[in-house]
Amino acid sequence: MTKINIPTPLRQYASKQPTVEVKAGTVAEALSGLVAKHPDLRRHLYTDEGKLRSFVNVYLNDEDVRYLQKEATAIKDSDTISIVPSIAGGW
Amino acid sequence: MLKIGKSEFDEIRRHGEETYPHECCGVLLGQMREDERVVTSIARCGNTRVDSPQNRYHIDPRELVRVQREGRERGEDIIGFYHSHPDHPACWSQTDLAEAHWFGCSYVITSVEKGKAAITNSFELSGSDESDKEFLDEKIEVERAKT
Repeated sequence: MTKINIPTPLRQYASKQPTVEVKAGTVAEALSGLVAKHPDLRRHLYTDEGKLRSFVNVYLNDEDVRYLQKEATAIKDSDTISIVPSIAGGW
Repeated sequence: MLKIGKSEFDEIRRHGEETYPHECCGVLLGQMREDERVVTSIARCGNTRVDSPQNRYHIDPRELVRVQREGRERGEDIIGFYHSHPDHPACWSQTDLAEAHWFGCSYVITSVEKGKAAITNSFELSGSDESDKEFLDEKIEVERAKT
């Protein structure tokens, strides 16, 4: 099973769990499994067109999947996926 | 309400003085409770906005992944963030709001005037999603160090 770390603002949509385990072969399958278990997460992760929201960063261990094979990136049971909303701002 | 120890509060302000005239940024770690967030440690972060550091900040998500992992090992969660406004009020801007996505977390802003930390304010990011998000003023309770 692959572990997905849920950031604090999204835990209320994942039964307050800090991590969710899914069985999957790719990042896409893992995220699909996540929203299948917790449907309320979908609108916070994806646009109406089904694309990952631009401010949602997905990391496979310590690598941004954008620089790997994106959602087609293969995963192993020992891997950890982290969902990390962006932090930015300024006056 | 945001509860924070004096040591961590002073550290946030000092960070803004050190990076002046650029914005500093970092993470607040601790515990979320019903109506309050309790800070138990802070993590300084780098500002990747080297193109406009005097009025913009961005934390590398890779750094957040590391901070989150290390925090988890200590039993801490990410409960908020801080940054500074060099020679600008400690109020959230439209940019701050547009770029805020950690609902239920505290966003702490320190105005740093001519290199000296002035006012520090905190705001909770409230709302159900991107369409209705807003910053709500939040009281900061600074706890004195226990002797």
